[in-house]
Amino acid sequence: MKQSRREFLKISSLGIGGVTLAAPFFNWANGAIVSDETPGEDFVNRTPTYCEVCFWKCAGWVYKNDKGNIWKIIGNDEDPHCNGRLCPRGTGGLGMYYDEDRLKTPLIRKTIDGKQQFVEASWDEALDVVAKNLNKLKEKYGPECTALFTHGSGGKFFGDLLKAFGSTNITAPSFAQCRGPREVAFLATYGEIIASPERVDIRDTKCLVLIGSHIGENMHNGQVQEMSDAIDKGATIITVDPRFSTAASKSKHWLPIKPSTDIALLLAWIHEVIYNEWYDKKYVDKYCYGLDELKDHVKNFTPEWAYGITTIKPHVIRQTAKEMVNASPAVIIHPGRHVTWYGDDTQRLRAVAILNALLGSWGRRGGFYSPEKKSLPSFPHPEFPKPKKTWRDAHPGKYNLAIEVVSNGICDATIPTPDNDCSFKAWIVNGTNLITTLPDQKNTLEAIQHLEFMVVIDTMPMEITGYADVILPECTYLERYDYCRTDQNREPSIALRMPATEPKYNTKPDWWIVRQLAHKMGLDKFFKWNDIEEVLDWQLKQVGTSLEEMKKIGIKKFPREYDDLYFVEDQDIDFNTNTGKIELYSTDLEAEGFDPMPVYTPHPEPDPGFYRLNYGRHPAHTFSRTANNPNLTDLFDENVLWVNPIVAKEWDLKKGQEIWLENQDGILSTFPIKVRVTERIRHDSVYMVHGFGHDNKKLTRSYGKGASDTELISNVLVDPIMGGTGMRSNFVTFKLENPHKKEVAS
Amino acid sequence: MKEELIISGRMNYKVDPSLHIWGWEIPLYLFLGGLAAGVLFFAGLYYLRGKENEYQSAVKWVPMITPFLLAIGLGALFLDLHHKPYFWRLYTTIKLQSPMSWGAWTLMVITPLSIIWSATYIKDVFPKWDWKYKWVDDLVAYFIEYRTQLAWIMIIFSVILGIYTGILLSAFNARPLWNTSILGPLFLTSGLSAGAALIMMLSKNPLERIRFSQIDLMLIAVELTMVIHMFMGFRASTEVQIEAAALFLGGPYTLSFWIFVVFIGMLLPAFLEIWELKGNHIPAYIPAVMIISGSLMLRFIIVHAGQASRYLY
Amino acid sequence: MRYAMAVDTKKCVGCSDCVVACQTENNVPIGYCRDWVVEITHGTYPQLELEIRSERCNHCDNSPCVRCCPTGASHYSDGGIVLVTEDKCIGCGACISSCPYDARYPHPDGHVDKCTFCIHRVQKGQKPACVEVCPTKCMYFGDLDDPNSDVSKVLKKRKFKTLIPEAGTKPQLYFLI
Repeated sequence: MKQSRREFLKISSLGIGGVTLAAPFFNWANGAIVSDETPGEDFVNRTPTYCEVCFWKCAGWVYKNDKGNIWKIIGNDEDPHCNGRLCPRGTGGLGMYYDEDRLKTPLIRKTIDGKQQFVEASWDEALDVVAKNLNKLKEKYGPECTALFTHGSGGKFFGDLLKAFGSTNITAPSFAQCRGPREVAFLATYGEIIASPERVDIRDTKCLVLIGSHIGENMHNGQVQEMSDAIDKGATIITVDPRFSTAASKSKHWLPIKPSTDIALLLAWIHEVIYNEWYDKKYVDKYCYGLDELKDHVKNFTPEWAYGITTIKPHVIRQTAKEMVNASPAVIIHPGRHVTWYGDDTQRLRAVAILNALLGSWGRRGGFYSPEKKSLPSFPHPEFPKPKKTWRDAHPGKYNLAIEVVSNGICDATIPTPDNDCSFKAWIVNGTNLITTLPDQKNTLEAIQHLEFMVVIDTMPMEITGYADVILPECTYLERYDYCRTDQNREPSIALRMPATEPKYNTKPDWWIVRQLAHKMGLDKFFKWNDIEEVLDWQLKQVGTSLEEMKKIGIKKFPREYDDLYFVEDQDIDFNTNTGKIELYSTDLEAEGFDPMPVYTPHPEPDPGFYRLNYGRHPAHTFSRTANNPNLTDLFDENVLWVNPIVAKEWDLKKGQEIWLENQDGILSTFPIKVRVTERIRHDSVYMVHGFGHDNKKLTRSYGKGASDTELISNVLVDPIMGGTGMRSNFVTFKLENPHKKEVAS
Repeated sequence: MKEELIISGRMNYKVDPSLHIWGWEIPLYLFLGGLAAGVLFFAGLYYLRGKENEYQSAVKWVPMITPFLLAIGLGALFLDLHHKPYFWRLYTTIKLQSPMSWGAWTLMVITPLSIIWSATYIKDVFPKWDWKYKWVDDLVAYFIEYRTQLAWIMIIFSVILGIYTGILLSAFNARPLWNTSILGPLFLTSGLSAGAALIMMLSKNPLERIRFSQIDLMLIAVELTMVIHMFMGFRASTEVQIEAAALFLGGPYTLSFWIFVVFIGMLLPAFLEIWELKGNHIPAYIPAVMIISGSLMLRFIIVHAGQASRYLY
Repeated sequence: MRYAMAVDTKKCVGCSDCVVACQTENNVPIGYCRDWVVEITHGTYPQLELEIRSERCNHCDNSPCVRCCPTGASHYSDGGIVLVTEDKCIGCGACISSCPYDARYPHPDGHVDKCTFCIHRVQKGQKPACVEVCPTKCMYFGDLDDPNSDVSKVLKKRKFKTLIPEAGTKPQLYFLI
């Protein structure tokens, strides 16, 4: 095997290792890592921020103690995303700042004595290397062969840089690895997407249906709060999940469905609603297109038919359908968020959208409201150059309905093939650990091997940094300005993030990094500012406020400018679809050659001795990015494998026993995982929280803790409609002895 | 199936996953306190019964070890404290409801008493002893006058000390295994038994040895009765106490308790002593060491197992 | 005045926000906690029940920890809040052993530490940090002697239980069921 061009490097060589290793473990264990503020002291000062630990971006206040150290982060009462209450990750966000494993200084990959290693560098040196390499590749292959992967607030700055550079290949895994199918399905049905935070009116709903969505374990703050309000108001919750999730335990009906059969259940519900004439006739007649076709389509999809597939008893299907109807239109069949499961996800979400339409919940109180956001104009700049090609050129005729750049599409197109003249040569990776984000790690690593240059900008030595040519340590959100948050909600708002303190170590904010790079790359004309405060103040003044005011209030709400929160009775609405109506029968999908109405197709099932690998969230963690946060590892520092007692008995597994996993393709988990024997999981599946099993020793608190689900996801079912990566058709079996040891021995 | 989990990662030092706030220090302290109480009790008792010269070991010289035993015990207690510079706070208040408080005060009384008692006999044991200062001589002479009163105080306080070593634990109703009032008398008896064994071991007078051998036999019988009573009490009590008893009846502490405490600490030495009383020769230190180690093990096992016993909710 | 807290087990999702909020508010060292979350599953798949409880010191009316403290460091403060005076505490561990709820722990500084109901906030009219942060609003705090306090109102309306009432501690942490 040829020497790989890009060895994975543990950031330990030359200099920085000694310093960081010396950081005493017991120091933080004994509290040195937290400030020594006397409780009860009034805050000396507080500065506004919005959270960066997840995408919900709740606004809050950073409090410092009299020594000037960050003490605590508290939600901003005015913020509609959080109503003054941050989730555990937001509250523990200060751990990102205090984490001693942070990237501390720029690093450049160099070959010294035939050995690749990272060498500490000044910002000037490191940025020079980045600028030179990107410009060199631009000359050689064109700017379009550079792509940006980003997840987080810094993405806007790097996005502008890339656009100025001449490429629009800007992608976030939040589309094709997460909510993409939902957005495409709702766009096809209603002409609008769900977006974030979701436009679901849980607060006022009478019936909330969760399909595999585990609100409460996913800590999507506003939704968790509203689900609690709904419980208080006596709303009916119906949860469809093979696992007894926290949400399932709060539900009136828990449907322990056989995994991968959700579409069958949804079709049976649609059948019941249509054939019992339970649907909202006035609403459907006025707003919907294709009821007759749909009626015909679902004719045979009776609860009895679905029972054979889903294992949910017909009377339960009928009863739950009736519950939804009784609540209609104040009912939400929740579209979920991470919905890339089986490769037919857009169709499943279409079924969800259709059922909502039949029950008249779109645009109604207790269903889906019309969100609004306050946009801020961009700081003036000359028009960005038009790229000659985009990522789509590498996938001719495919994913035409994808409304965002497909991250795995870029990854695939980085591996050269004879018929692909648009292979990517450079990646800029900002705040997303692609190794644990993209499924099929082998493919990701192969793509990385074909790159000529990769720069990673992150706060932590995540696995992806080990493959970078240059690592740029960005400071955490608590130490920097970013663009204001303008996300949608019931009322539009703008939230400011400003630094609470100076950047720790030799780290820099993204805006600074981008501004310096733009200069070094000769793109100054697109960035006619020197300091981010100029930009923010200018933007804020365009909407009648200022940086000065925002520093005092943190968040500013604006009145709604467009329509009402809900449809008005008998309102005429022109939906943004081909027919101007809610399309039960999708003309878009039909035109692209896909089923215009959802169809159930069976998915592979586990062989004997194998179990479907399900994964999910932990309320104290966001993906893998929080796995080393000292405050959050204190709550949950390693994932465990949920195993049904029947399975445990068969395998003679004990609680807490460490086992290794092997998937259907013979891929072994790098690390063992402890067994949790629990009734809360079906006998045909196992479950683990995503984001653990880190393989970088520099992550001292998370290295080797638990197992990585991502490395076991090698069978990826790509959604032909929008390129989403279905990840739930992977099956694992148990290895009771360390299989890695055996390899060494033989 | 019932599954009970703490899901917020609680791992408080010395509390999780199960309570282990007290390691070796407290059981050692309880053992040495009980042993000293036993020795001092017999010293006082036989002094009052006028056996000062017959049972010289019991009355005169074995008590001289007790100041050291108590000092080591207090040292162990001190080591156990997590906030050592504030040790003196124990003596700024008397809290009658707190066994720890009145235990500290009892030790405050009995430790000087054991020193005084030893001082009054020091010249009997070490004829060449010289106090160097006349005022010390005078003081000791003064105490010698009041030996009877001292003996009475010593008996009373040694009983309090002996019981205290058990009450300290039984006052905690949070730990079902400890929460039995029999622990006070059991630890007192165990302390007396260990004290008697120590005297028996160190005595050179065959008559004295036989006397303390007999006393030990009797105390072992009482102890065994109390152990049986304790388990009967647990078994007839609430669920948590049944579970606490199960720690010894098939649970993790079964072997160590029945082998080290009951068999080696009680049954075997009792058998050996009966054997000896019937005229066979057995070195005195063998049963004595067994009894003393049994008494030590009793403290260790009860302190540790008690922390493992808890209310389930 | 009698401060008490009620936790709604029907709403709590076990996210442990209360734990982090307490840790940051009170500078509880990493690795320690004054409150915690218990999750209990009953039954067999698919007939299951789950109870989730955010727990902490019960600030008992009849506190074994106050009783057994040899120095008076553990004491009742305003409204029955059980506190530890740090410079009176010798760290003997008696109170830790005496608590049926395992609510106390030895602080690395030596003294025993525990939930204070955030008395420093309560005295200023604020709620404890855990109550204030809870995303599900499942916690209610207030004065039981005041019929209009959050906790009085919710206890009037809902069924509740306390933990280990048989230990005789008269706990003041109520769980709505």
